[in-house]
Amino acid sequence: MKYICLGYIEEKKWETKSESERNAFIDECFAYDDVLRKNGHLVGVEALQGPRNAITLRFQNGKVSVTDGPYAETKEQLGGIFILEAKDLNHAIQLLSKHPGVRGGDFINEIRPAADLTEMIRESERRRSATKEK
Amino acid sequence: MTENVAERIREILDTIYSSESRQVLATLIRLLGDFDAAEEALHDAFAVALEQWSRDGVPANPRAWLVSTGRFKAIDGMRRRARFDASLVELVKQLESSASDPEARDDESVADDRLRLIFTCCHPALPPDAQVPMTLREVCGLTTDEIARAFLTRPPTVAQRIVRAKAKIRDARIPYEVPSATDLPDRLDAVLRVVYLVFNEGYSASSGGSLTRHDLSGEAIRLGRLLIELLPEPEAVGLLALMLLQDSRRAARTSPTGDLILLENQDRSLWNRDQIAEGLALVERALTSRRFGPYTLQAAIAAVHAEALSAAATDWARIVGLYNLLLRVEPSPVIELNRAVAVAMRDGPLAGLTMIDAILARGDLAKYHLAHSARADLCRRLGRRVEARAAYEQALALTQQEPERRFLARRLAELPG
Repeated sequence: MKYICLGYIEEKKWETKSESERNAFIDECFAYDDVLRKNGHLVGVEALQGPRNAITLRFQNGKVSVTDGPYAETKEQLGGIFILEAKDLNHAIQLLSKHPGVRGGDFINEIRPAADLTEMIRESERRRSATKEK
Repeated sequence: MTENVAERIREILDTIYSSESRQVLATLIRLLGDFDAAEEALHDAFAVALEQWSRDGVPANPRAWLVSTGRFKAIDGMRRRARFDASLVELVKQLESSASDPEARDDESVADDRLRLIFTCCHPALPPDAQVPMTLREVCGLTTDEIARAFLTRPPTVAQRIVRAKAKIRDARIPYEVPSATDLPDRLDAVLRVVYLVFNEGYSASSGGSLTRHDLSGEAIRLGRLLIELLPEPEAVGLLALMLLQDSRRAARTSPTGDLILLENQDRSLWNRDQIAEGLALVERALTSRRFGPYTLQAAIAAVHAEALSAAATDWARIVGLYNLLLRVEPSPVIELNRAVAVAMRDGPLAGLTMIDAILARGDLAKYHLAHSARADLCRRLGRRVEARAAYEQALALTQQEPERRFLARRLAELPG
C-alpha cells in the first residue's frame, strides 16, 4: 500500500545551519533514500523549492487568478514529498521514523495513506462512455 | 422435549457468549482481517450454534467450533458476493488458503489475539477519545450505552467514534499485531489507561442496580496479568497491584441487600487475603524498580489501607504523603479531593473541608457526586446539619448508581433534624 509522506520544515531554521551541517544532513538523507529505494520501499521522492517560489491558483470571479506565495502562510512549510510502499501503517511509520529528516528533528512529517481510486475511475469511465454513446 | 433442549442450549450459549465471544471475535478479526466482517461472522456463528447444537449436542471445544464456523460463514458469504463482485475473488482465495484450520493453531497465537486486538484498539493513530470506547466495545463487549455513561457522553457520539476508528483501521491499514519491542513501552501507556477504565467500569458500574460487575473487573485483572507477562514494566505491575487491592474489598463493600459500605465501616475479615498478598508483593516489586508512576502510587495507597486493621489504625500521614507524590506526577482535581479526605482523617474534618471547598470554588468538581458526598460527610462530622443536608441532596441528584443513591438517602434520613 502507498503512503504519501509530507515533510514540513521551518525555512529559517534550515538557513541558520552551517554549510557542513547541511551537507552532513543531505548526505545522510540521500544515503537512507538509497536504502529505501534498494528495498523497493521508495516509490517517489521530490524536494520542493522554497515557499518564496510558490504560486497559488484560485478560481475567482469567473477566471483563474494567479498569486505569489504558498496557499497557507505557516511557520513550517511543505519541503518535500515521499511516496512509500509499505505493508501497513506500522511499517510505514517504521520506515519513515528511521529517516534522517525525521530523526534530526528538522522535519515534521505527516503520513497520508493513498486513496484507492480504482473503483471511482472505473465508474467514471462507464459514465463517460455512456455519454459518448448518446 | 425439543423446546427444553433448545432452552438449555440457549442458556449454554448465553454463558459461552459472555465468557468467550470476545476471544472468538479477536481470532476472527485476525483470520478475516476486518472488524465488521468478524462481528458479522461472530453473530452468524452463534446463530448456527443455536440450531446445530440443539440437534447434535455441544461440541467438545465450543470456542474453536465458533471460530471455524464463523470463518466458514464469512468466506461462504464472500464467495456468494464474489459472483457479482470480481474484486472479492482474490480475497476469498486468500482467506481460504491462510490458516486453513484455525483449530490447529497453537494456543499461544489464539491467546495473543486479544493482545493484538487491544494494541490495535489503542493504536496512537486513532484519536484518544476513540481508543477507549473501541477497546471497551471490541475487547470487553460493553454496549455503546454503557460506554457513553462511563464517559459522560451520548451513545450516538460513542457509536460514531467507533465507526470512524474502524474505518481508519481499515483504510489506513493499521495492522493487527502486537507492537515491536522498540514501540512496546510507548504503546503500553494507552493500553494501561484503557485496562484501568475497564476495571473501574466493573468495580463501580456507572449506573444500574448492581454496584459491582465482577466479570469486567475480572476481565481487566486478566488483561493486566497478560500484560505483565508480555511486558513486565513497573507501571503495568503497579496497575495489576492496584486492581487486585481494590478488588480484594469487593465482598466487604456492599451489604447482602446490595447497599454501599464505606471503607471505614467495612468488615475487614471479608477482604480477600490472597488478592491482598499478591497485590502487596506486586506493589513492592513496582516500587523497587524506581521507574514507577501514578498506578504504582495509587496501589501503594491501597496497600496502606490493606495493611491496616481498622480505619482508625490506618497510617493516614503516609497516605497523605503518597497523595502529594501522586499529585506531582498526575495533577487532577479528583486526586486533590482524595487527598482532602485523607487530610481530614489525619488533621480533622475542618482541615479537609477547607480543601474540598477550595476545589469546589474553582468549579472543577461541581458535577462530581463524590465531591458533594465527601463534603456532606465532613459537614455532618462537624455538626453542620443544614450544610450537610444540602450537600447530600446535591450528591443524590448527581449520581445514577442505585446503591449509592440508597446510601446517600440513608445518610440523609439519619441526619438529626
